[in-house]
Amino acid sequence: MNFPILSSLILLPSIGALFLFFTKSDKKNNFTGKYVALFTSAVNFFLSIYLWILFDPTTSEFQFVEERIWIKDLINYKVGVDGISILFILLTTFITPLCIISVNNSIKERLSEFLIAVLIMESFMIGVFCSLDLVIFYLFFEAGLIPMFLIIGIWGGARRVYSAFKFFLYTLLGSVLMLVAIITIYWLNGTTDVVELYNSGIDIKYQNLLWLAFFSSFAVKTPMWPVHTWLPDAHVEAPTAGSVLLAAILLKMAGYGFIRFSLGLFPAASEIFTPLIYTLSVIAIIFTSLMALMQEDMKKLIAYSSVAHMGYVTLGIFTIQQQGIEGSIIQMISHGLVSAALFLCVGVVYDRMHSRLIDTYGGIVSIIPKYSVLFMLFTLAALGLPGTSGFVGEFLILMGAFKDNFLVAVIASLGVIIGAAYMLWLYKRVVFGKLINTDLKQMFDLNRSELFILSCLAVPTLFFGFYPDPLINTIEVSISDLIDQYNFGVASKT
Amino acid sequence: MENLHLVLPEIFLSLSIMFLLILGVFKKNSSRLVQSLSLAALIVTAVITFNETIGINETKLFNNSIVIDYLSSLMKIITLLATFLVLIISSNYLKTFQIFKIEYPILILSSVLGMMVMINSNDLIVFYMGLELQSLALYVLATFNRDQIKSSEAGLKYFVLSALSSGLLLYGCSLIYGFTGSTNFNVIANQLNSNEYALTFGIVFILVGLAFKISAVPFHMWAPDVYEGSPTSVTLFFTMVPKIAALTVFIRFLYVPFLNLIDQWQMILIFLSIASMLFGAIAAIGQTNLKRLVAYSSIGHVGYALAGVAAGTNDGIQSSVIYITIYVLMNLGLFSCLLMLKRDNNYYEKIDDLSGLSKNHPMLALSLLIILFSLAGIPPLAGFFAKFYVFKAVIEQSMYFLAIVGLLSTVVAAFYYLRLIKIMYFDEQKEKYDTDHGFWLKFSLTASTLLILIYFIFPSQLIEVVSRINII
Repeated sequence: MNFPILSSLILLPSIGALFLFFTKSDKKNNFTGKYVALFTSAVNFFLSIYLWILFDPTTSEFQFVEERIWIKDLINYKVGVDGISILFILLTTFITPLCIISVNNSIKERLSEFLIAVLIMESFMIGVFCSLDLVIFYLFFEAGLIPMFLIIGIWGGARRVYSAFKFFLYTLLGSVLMLVAIITIYWLNGTTDVVELYNSGIDIKYQNLLWLAFFSSFAVKTPMWPVHTWLPDAHVEAPTAGSVLLAAILLKMAGYGFIRFSLGLFPAASEIFTPLIYTLSVIAIIFTSLMALMQEDMKKLIAYSSVAHMGYVTLGIFTIQQQGIEGSIIQMISHGLVSAALFLCVGVVYDRMHSRLIDTYGGIVSIIPKYSVLFMLFTLAALGLPGTSGFVGEFLILMGAFKDNFLVAVIASLGVIIGAAYMLWLYKRVVFGKLINTDLKQMFDLNRSELFILSCLAVPTLFFGFYPDPLINTIEVSISDLIDQYNFGVASKT
Repeated sequence: MENLHLVLPEIFLSLSIMFLLILGVFKKNSSRLVQSLSLAALIVTAVITFNETIGINETKLFNNSIVIDYLSSLMKIITLLATFLVLIISSNYLKTFQIFKIEYPILILSSVLGMMVMINSNDLIVFYMGLELQSLALYVLATFNRDQIKSSEAGLKYFVLSALSSGLLLYGCSLIYGFTGSTNFNVIANQLNSNEYALTFGIVFILVGLAFKISAVPFHMWAPDVYEGSPTSVTLFFTMVPKIAALTVFIRFLYVPFLNLIDQWQMILIFLSIASMLFGAIAAIGQTNLKRLVAYSSIGHVGYALAGVAAGTNDGIQSSVIYITIYVLMNLGLFSCLLMLKRDNNYYEKIDDLSGLSKNHPMLALSLLIILFSLAGIPPLAGFFAKFYVFKAVIEQSMYFLAIVGLLSTVVAAFYYLRLIKIMYFDEQKEKYDTDHGFWLKFSLTASTLLILIYFIFPSQLIEVVSRINII
């Protein structure tokens, strides 16, 4: 058997965490602890790059599949990647080291525990994206709640307890129905192996209810309107690194779940519920964009913009067009980079001024120019300016939507305008204008690590904006086969 | 009587109890010696049970009034091991209150003997005898800290209510005897005439009695008061060991004589299960005393174990045995933590006393965190698998309502477990607690935490152990 590269990707961060756990955590060792964490996650990143190089994009078969008996006669531990999941794994391994570098500035106490939580989180997230068994998927999906709950609750802001509870209970409530659905699938088909389920299909009689059960979980996690309210709270209270993880990776689990499970396993039901998704997505795009316009807290504004962006993602997925789904995936990757960067940008000024209110700032362009330039770049990427990765995603999604449903596409396009409005207005109020608050003069520009993190995020944002081919090549075949399978599923059952 | 060696564990245990009693009376200041000998007796009994009975086919003894099969042997071993751990970690607690007396281990051994008889029983009379033996010992144990008014109150309350439930149970037995002409489970099964409604009444009365012993809603009222009032080490015993025995009787009583009446009792069990899960989850939210909170949480957990029994299949039985085993493990860890909240010869049991525990005692807090997340049923910890197996068995029988209500009540229950975690991790720290705990207390905490944590690596082992249970 070949080198189990996926299992190593999953296990490596946990091993790092274990190592951190056993090193004594006094003040001095926090320093080495950070390097241990950074080293582990960096190795993981290079390992995933290596995975991408080895990956064969010309087939939609799952690759690097590992299968072991886990619970006899019941569940096998099975992992593997296809074009869709590999990008999310890369995103996870790319964002985590940046998170770890960023803790320098924001986390003051219990650093090594924080790093342990982040590393364990990484393990679980990679597990989510490469598991090929529903129970294993559920296991990783739910397990991620524990470290995130602690990250928000221990290192969060003033209302951290409320937010942590809301986050945990909302997502748990959504997920338990998915567990019922998974067990039901087991009794219908005698297996929870995703590949086998793709081949055998699920009885049409049950698809609608099962789809709804999965939907309840993914809708909360995405989050879709009207169950999005946990997200702004969680974002506002989470420490910067926590917000970054939440926005960049956690939200993507649901989008990934929609593609992999809702479309893949329940094509007939997806066809029936597409109008529901369209309606909720359009409401999310318009409504939360308007909500974002009136926010006074920078983090909350970006959180609402995340909901709107995820609205595009769900819209794109359920167009069942090649462009639409490709767009959704690129939008998710791009949102992962851009929202991470925006939260870091907020974190940078928050660390200096200890305020997230937009009113506090204004006219800082002359004081911290480097920051202003990078913030500008990410603002433009968030509103989807051509030349940034945000544009590619949004454009493809809207193209897919126009092919499928004209009205929905027109309304969604209006969202782009509101999106531009709130992002630019935010930027104007924070960076431009007169310098009224004299305290701001003491602010210093980006330090080395901040500059490094933001540049790391800026490079792929621009690169994929101009040249999205590497992404599209990776996912193209997987998506076209998924759509074929979907159409076959819809046709054969009706 | 060539099969007498099959009851050797019970014989050995009864002889040990008598010997220890005599030893304790005639030798002064022998509480430490009696304690050690009791521990040895438990281990020897477990070993004998393992050697003599684990591999054999179903055998009935004494005019078919007791049955030795895999289920009974397994449950006896779990009971004995759990009791061993309870006994070994409670000595420090007892010494603090100066109630480290010879009666304590002897009473615990007697109630274990009662439980073993219950587990073996294949006859209503034998079952009732075992039940009373264990209950009588438990009444005394509840009042063991007799100088404390709360402890006496707990014992009295438990005695009165338990006697009532025993009365109901006996009445049920007499109804069943009246309509089938026998007290033997197998004979009853043959004589069964499903048109006799009075027989159903008999089943209901017996179920009420059993539900009381296992503290399932709506017969749970005694549990919070008794759990709070009893000495903590006795509470630990109450929350774990009698439930193992009562669950076994539940299984055997429903599946051996009354399997054909499954339509009649399944509804009752589903009701008991749903009511316990929901009530346990909701009522625990308002609690401020840790022991009361544990009482409500154990009511909830009993509901999940009963859900497996309600499924009416071998899978269901196995899942509820797995559930109770993992529950025992988690409770052991939880109580080890409670027994560590000690400062200056005082034990603290308010939930606020956990405040900021993570800063003062990071390892203790981390263990408790893992145990609580496991109790809440969050993967990848052991508690999740316990629930997973139960709901798998339930959904297999298309009982979706039970499964969905059960899983939704885990969300409610998650709230109060999270609240404890919040208090430990997010709140301000208080004074430090003592750290000079005995070896066994540390051992039981570490072992249970580690087992909960790494259970997901070897989930098949436990399944293999229970997969040989075959009642139907």
